[in-house]
Amino acid sequence: MLHTVSRTLAAALVATVFAAQPAAAADKLKIGFITTLSGPAGIIGKHMKDSVELALEHLHGKVGGLDTQVIFGDDQFKPDVGLQVADKMVKDDKVQFVAGIIWSNIMLAVAPSVTEQGVFMIGTNAGPHQLAGSQCNRMFFTTSWQNDDTPAAMGEYMQKKGVNDVYLMAPNYAAGKDMLAGFKRDFNGRIADEVYTKLGQQDYQAEISQLRAKNPKAVFVFLPGGMGINFIRQYDQAGLHGKIPLYSSFTVDQTTLPALGDSAVGLWSTGYWSSELDNAANRKYISDFRKKYGYTPSFYGAQSYDGIMLIDGAIRAVKGNLQDKEGLIKAMESVPYKSTRGHYTYNVNHFPIENFYLLRAEKGPHGIVMKVEDTIFKNHKDAYYEECKMK
Amino acid sequence: MNLQLVLEQVLNGAQLGVTLFLMAAGLTLIFGIMNLVNLAHGSFYMVGAYLAVTFYHWTGSLVLGVLLALPATMLVGVVIEVIALRTLYQRDHLDQVLATFGLILFFNELIAIVWGRVGLYTNLPDWLSGTVQFGEAFGYPLYRLVIIAVGVGVAAALWYLVARTRLGMLVRAGASNRTMVAALGVNIRLLYTLVFGFGAALAGLAGAMAAPIYSVQPGMGDPVLIQAFVVIAIGGIGSIRGALAGALIVGMVDTLGRAFLKPALATLISPPAAQSAGPALASMLIYLLMAAVLALRPEGLFPARGH
Repeated sequence: MLHTVSRTLAAALVATVFAAQPAAAADKLKIGFITTLSGPAGIIGKHMKDSVELALEHLHGKVGGLDTQVIFGDDQFKPDVGLQVADKMVKDDKVQFVAGIIWSNIMLAVAPSVTEQGVFMIGTNAGPHQLAGSQCNRMFFTTSWQNDDTPAAMGEYMQKKGVNDVYLMAPNYAAGKDMLAGFKRDFNGRIADEVYTKLGQQDYQAEISQLRAKNPKAVFVFLPGGMGINFIRQYDQAGLHGKIPLYSSFTVDQTTLPALGDSAVGLWSTGYWSSELDNAANRKYISDFRKKYGYTPSFYGAQSYDGIMLIDGAIRAVKGNLQDKEGLIKAMESVPYKSTRGHYTYNVNHFPIENFYLLRAEKGPHGIVMKVEDTIFKNHKDAYYEECKMK
Repeated sequence: MNLQLVLEQVLNGAQLGVTLFLMAAGLTLIFGIMNLVNLAHGSFYMVGAYLAVTFYHWTGSLVLGVLLALPATMLVGVVIEVIALRTLYQRDHLDQVLATFGLILFFNELIAIVWGRVGLYTNLPDWLSGTVQFGEAFGYPLYRLVIIAVGVGVAAALWYLVARTRLGMLVRAGASNRTMVAALGVNIRLLYTLVFGFGAALAGLAGAMAAPIYSVQPGMGDPVLIQAFVVIAIGGIGSIRGALAGALIVGMVDTLGRAFLKPALATLISPPAAQSAGPALASMLIYLLMAAVLALRPEGLFPARGH
């Protein structure tokens, strides 16, 4: 008994000694990268992790010219696990940057905790409106977008095209409601119906029967991942493909296209990026990615690649002095790298001011890709930055 | 709400019902006869789907793919029973839940390692795609009608097997009184392995038939498993008849609820209130039903006889 007590004490002592050591020496950079690596959403995490590793290869393992260690963490699609992983990275591994995160609910748990401890949070996907508005933070940057913008671009496009009588569908959870709200911001036409389905639903035949009975002029869905694969296939099998035009956001992309196959061809989507965007950084990213991994990356990957490049550019700007946090913030605000989306700037809330494009799934030499058809928003600012009181 | 639409939704409900029946039949036999709570049953659904797609791509025939996937899934089930689950029969249900939950994680990751995390793509062969016209405006996907037909056929075959054959007699006897069956000199171990493999094959059949319409991806069996448990709770544990009735009830209630609850509510309360209450209530319906059945008839609607 006494033996165990003394052992526990000794362990505690050792732990305190280590904890009392000053933060990792400035010449070594540690980045904690959090994403979902297990479960059905693991495919998204794979695109992100592969992209981070490609970025490291392009930088010869030295982000910002410093010896770099990237620690990957799996949030298992759960906010509490994400927070634990982030805490361990900040407290035990002493990372200077936490990056990644797919899901808005996980981002809302992790970002405030990380930035509060004086560590940079570089989001590479989720863009909840809270972080763009009232809860914005100087130590937070994102290489992606604010959630509402992508569906808003689709609403804007359909409005301009004069599409009326649109049938809306999304999963019944927070982001689903945000996405449809985003769509409706710029769309003033008639809504045939607004339907919320179960999160993770597999069978949409009942909804498709209802939809056909309403006979709308167009359908807009936000059904990410497997939900979208199921819906689009069943839409196709019900004979509606080509009869009622199907528009979507975050549903048809390189994580779902391989499973969708031909049923995706001709579908419309919106996004800030596509593998087909023509600029030097993107061409290099896409061709090296295909060479290394044998598949085409999605926007999740491009954002993660950009995240590492953003950190690289900022550290180079302060000549490797990781203690110079003010300098790093200034540097990141100036977008010190060549993004795969082409030129963009940062708004006052550290969300990108960027273009949003109309995309269409087409067959190409590398399988089905999202062709860029038109620019819907030029240098678009999100709807929340005015609520951001960043000091 | 016209008659045609109601008819279409009833077909949808029947299709969900037969899929659930294939899952629940195995689950209820394993639970009823072996007293084993098998959370990994959804994994056999997933394994069946992956194997069917793989064999389909090899042979170029969906029917062959599904037919080959059946014995293969059965084999997987038998192997799992022999190495992992045999030791669990005497343990209490919590240990079984823990162990079979571990199997879910194991299978999900194994599938991701072997086939990758990205969903598999399959196309329906031409002769199965397309729709069957009922009247004028309403075409129903042919493949879903085939699923209903296969499900009904399997249900009939199962009924014959369980009610009219010697093996079925042993299975029924096992569900009623295990100790007595063993005391009469029946090799209960072999019977267990057979039933388990057979249940796995049925789940595999459900998964294999679902492969061309659902996303074939790691974890695809987990949502179906939850509904299958609701089915056997409603139908009565260990009873094939109960599984069939429960599956059809759950299939209908879930489908009709998703389709008609929101418009029905909108006639009673304000449309915005119906907009938020409708989908929430529709996704709860089958659980409310289960709670009601458990409160009124804790044994389920058609319990296995002889308890």
